[in-house]
Amino acid sequence: MAVIDELILFMLAASALWTVMTRSLLRSAIGLALTSVMLAILMFRLNNPFAAVFELSVCAGLISALFFCIITITEPLTPEKVREEAGARFGRFRYLPVIALIVGLVLRILTVKIDIKLPALAEITDVRHFLWAYRQIDLLGQIIILLCGVFGIVVLLKEIRKKGG
Amino acid sequence: MHLLWIFCVYMIVLFVIGFYCILATLNIVRALIGIEILMKAVTLFIIIAGYASGRTSLSQSLVITLIVIETVLIAVAMGIVLSIYKHTKSLDTKNLTNLKG
Repeated sequence: MAVIDELILFMLAASALWTVMTRSLLRSAIGLALTSVMLAILMFRLNNPFAAVFELSVCAGLISALFFCIITITEPLTPEKVREEAGARFGRFRYLPVIALIVGLVLRILTVKIDIKLPALAEITDVRHFLWAYRQIDLLGQIIILLCGVFGIVVLLKEIRKKGG
Repeated sequence: MHLLWIFCVYMIVLFVIGFYCILATLNIVRALIGIEILMKAVTLFIIIAGYASGRTSLSQSLVITLIVIETVLIAVAMGIVLSIYKHTKSLDTKNLTNLKG
């Protein structure tokens, strides 16, 4: 394992921690996009280029855009309320870095050796071919989930329009 | 140190961060961000498993499925958050007391 891999992993954990700890929701959304970018870099390095492209375009792009939209639509807190909330927020989140550090250090010291021995399977290197040859049910599931999502959003937004008008 | 274990350590740390965020926050959008971080931990685990077993095509197909599910989940959750905001004018979970009692 190269040093750069561990550096990327550390950056991934650090950006996730920053995402949770930062006060502003907008900064949290940016931190989430940064976490996705770090994960995508790791995927590229571990020979998963298709998944990396999806992670970059969908998670770092689309989901971040969705978060920015919802943060913009909803009303931000007033400066006075932000000051009021800051103390309570610090109280709730102050243990997180310590817990994350302790969990990380303890697990690094433990060092469990994991051996994955799976039954032999004809390895297909092309993801597109693999999806169509072995995972058709997954594709069907994806289509059904997408349709459910679309109908769900239509119903929710219709409700909002009715209540607003 | 074993390669796979180092990745697993960071995966567990990510999981702890996401789980703590969901438990500690009172903001709905931040809870969604916590769910996203949990999803990142699961994605990392699938990638590690695929890399260790040498079946990257299988892991990639699973990750693509996971990303689709993640996107739909977040989109629908955003709709629900928007609906809650229209009703309560707040993103605080303390104000969601309509079904209380």
